[in-house]
Amino acid sequence: MINILEVNETNKMIEQEMLDVRTITLGISLLDCCDTDLDRLNTRIYEKICRTAKDLVRVGKEIELEYGIPIVNKRISVTPIALVGGQACHSPEDFVTIAQTLDRAAKEVGVNFLGGYSALVSKGMTKAERDLILSIPQAMASTERICSSVNIGSTKTGINMDAVKLMGEIVLKTAEATKDQNSLGCAKLVIFCNAPDDNPFMAGAFHGVTEGDAVINVGVSGPGVVKHALEAVRGKNFEVLCETVKKTAFKVTRMGQLVALEASERLRIPFGIVDLSLAPTPSVGDSVAEILEEMGLESVGAPGTTAALALLNDQVKKGGVMASSFVGGLSGAFIPVSEDQGMIDAVNRGALTIEKLEAMTSVCSVGLDMIAIPGKTPATTIAGIIADEAAIGMINQKTTAVRLIPVIGKDVGDVVEFGGLLGYAPVQPVNKFSCADFINRGGRIPAPIHSFKN
Amino acid sequence: MNKTIITVVGKDAVGIIAKVCTYLSNNQINVEDISQTIVQGYFNMMMIVDTGNASIPFGDMARDLEQIGQEIGVHIKCQREEIFEKMHRI
Repeated sequence: MINILEVNETNKMIEQEMLDVRTITLGISLLDCCDTDLDRLNTRIYEKICRTAKDLVRVGKEIELEYGIPIVNKRISVTPIALVGGQACHSPEDFVTIAQTLDRAAKEVGVNFLGGYSALVSKGMTKAERDLILSIPQAMASTERICSSVNIGSTKTGINMDAVKLMGEIVLKTAEATKDQNSLGCAKLVIFCNAPDDNPFMAGAFHGVTEGDAVINVGVSGPGVVKHALEAVRGKNFEVLCETVKKTAFKVTRMGQLVALEASERLRIPFGIVDLSLAPTPSVGDSVAEILEEMGLESVGAPGTTAALALLNDQVKKGGVMASSFVGGLSGAFIPVSEDQGMIDAVNRGALTIEKLEAMTSVCSVGLDMIAIPGKTPATTIAGIIADEAAIGMINQKTTAVRLIPVIGKDVGDVVEFGGLLGYAPVQPVNKFSCADFINRGGRIPAPIHSFKN
Repeated sequence: MNKTIITVVGKDAVGIIAKVCTYLSNNQINVEDISQTIVQGYFNMMMIVDTGNASIPFGDMARDLEQIGQEIGVHIKCQREEIFEKMHRI
């Protein structure tokens, strides 16, 4: 029987160490909404989302109340819209109407973000996919809750450098289109290599074509719990350190698994996966950077940071895998700058640069995330950064992503406020040397040799 | 069996257990186990109760007990047992 010490430990994690379920994400397939008529397509999309997700927020709140565990976000992911809208949309403007329909549906069912305004172009681009990508700036500027993602490469296909070049331009145009809100549109736009089909976390969530009609995916969190557990083993060797992270990750994930199964049963929608991620928020004590510093770094960014992060990421997975029957999504430690107070502090004290962040992304999910850069950064430089991240993902057979915010009108030294979970960020310097001739070559980078496993 | 864990944390005072138990008994909720400690003057109690025959829904019970807690100056929380079971037992 459960004893008072165990009850107190769990409640201390929730009340003092900010343990929560970060998101219940309902994946909805929109493939059965496809139509040649745009109005009919929009109506069918709106109706399907509202019908499938009508109880999502209510059930989320019920579970919160009954288990006493906060569920921070209830969200929706949908089939990549480039696939859904292909028959009906003949221009980027046509696609924007779908973004607006999705936004209305998200508001109607009460979710704070809906992901899947996406295109998967890792090898080539159809006309519909190109139109969707071209529509992103306008779609982001005219909606509130829609998240967009584009997959531009994979280990199996190589990197679509035409898409990389285009995305450099699209990121800048999105920044320009939303400059009144500190270029906020770019905070809802992710460029992936090896994008997973079942990621519950925004902004990169979409409901892949390998998925069923609807699915419940859950993302857990809990950097504060890991940090607190490590405080008790200060100065101990790496074996003890690793065991502590693993045990803590197990407990956190078990809670996520419970919530996922409950939500699945109450909504009568199949359970997909639990995403074992340490997702920070801007709140003090909810930081991945603080975990790395607790391991013994004076500041995140110092030599040893990549090793510390690799260890953390691996132990979280080892603990989490046993706690859940299905693991998927991104599963790793997130290192967004603006959403993690410890990362923000490290940038401000000059300890953490984009180059070090790039090295860190080779050992953790996901990538260069929520980094504010000068608004005058050239599109080809942004494309170069995307290409570097995609190369890390392609060669290491892992997901990598880029979510950069070139803040129009801001430069190094300025601080940009995004609000809420998106936090705030100091504008970071970008290497000023050009890669334009490299990016402008066009074409594809072939798949790496170790992808040929058949 | 629908087991719920009720935790009561706060400054010690006369009649905390009596008030909570009276409420539970009035609503057909059976107390199966109680453990309590007092750490530095702070009252810390855990009850395992069976809500299988309860005359009220879970949400009402949680809200009522929170209200009773506020009246006597302690924090009362109701949570289904599974969250602790899953986290601490394999």
